[in-house]
Amino acid sequence: MKARVHVMLKEGVLDPQGEAVRHALGALGFGGVSAVRQGKVIEIDLDETDRAKAEATVTEMCEKLLANTVTERYSVTLD
Amino acid sequence: MKAAVVVFPGSNCDRDLAVALRAAGADVRMVWHKETALPPGLDFVGLPGGFSFGDYLRCGAIAAHSPVCRAVVGFARRGGYVLGICNGFQILTETGLLPGALLRNAGLKYICRTVGLTVGTANSTFTQGYEQNRHIALPIAHHDGNYTADAETIARLEAEDRIAFHYVENPNGSAAGIAGILSANRRVLGMMPHPERAVDPAHGGTDGRALFGAVAGSLAVA
Repeated sequence: MKARVHVMLKEGVLDPQGEAVRHALGALGFGGVSAVRQGKVIEIDLDETDRAKAEATVTEMCEKLLANTVTERYSVTLD
Repeated sequence: MKAAVVVFPGSNCDRDLAVALRAAGADVRMVWHKETALPPGLDFVGLPGGFSFGDYLRCGAIAAHSPVCRAVVGFARRGGYVLGICNGFQILTETGLLPGALLRNAGLKYICRTVGLTVGTANSTFTQGYEQNRHIALPIAHHDGNYTADAETIARLEAEDRIAFHYVENPNGSAAGIAGILSANRRVLGMMPHPERAVDPAHGGTDGRALFGAVAGSLAVA
């Protein structure tokens, strides 16, 4: 089973990289871009076949390592 | 004082830190990240600057889960003295020994220059050699030194007199201009500036010397 983890900075935490991308998009002539947030996607191949167990394991991975929950939020999707 | 300096793959200030500690009179041992225990009878652990594990995932995140860091967390929880400089500060926040996190500099650029700092408190073993509010100059060299924590945490750090150093001019967007913070028991210090790069006149400044002198002096008799 493949798990996909999205890690994003929490709302309210300044994302200077996203801001730089927003400026660059404006410079390229893309109008109407009010905000850009940049995050990470982490794909994990798991031997586990039970979806509930896989989700619990990946959530634990996020809490312990993949996200820093002081500044980041995460979401897990399973294929 | 018996001190250990932890060496991770990618550490690059470990030897500078050892030199600064030895100059202050400490007996220093280097400890590789795969060690599961620290040397016995230790008074002090230094987590050096650098790019541990290539800054993969987040700065300090992989190092914080290395075998030696489990031992460092145990040492700190038993009341041991720990100093984390630059990447070492990032590692300390990732282990949870210090609150908050260090994000990408607000200006997105790596900054490498000497900056002015204000000593926030002289009430710690690390900072007792300085007068409170004194201005000192130390080098910074980081891409991710933007200290971030929620307003409640910042207020608690201020109320408990745990902000060791403030930037005179905020170079990286840090909340409240924070350059270094202490743990609740005041025995763990994390700071982005490099005191070990300012201990010899040939460095261009010696304002870091008082920190190592104070630590070695206090722990020599302990």
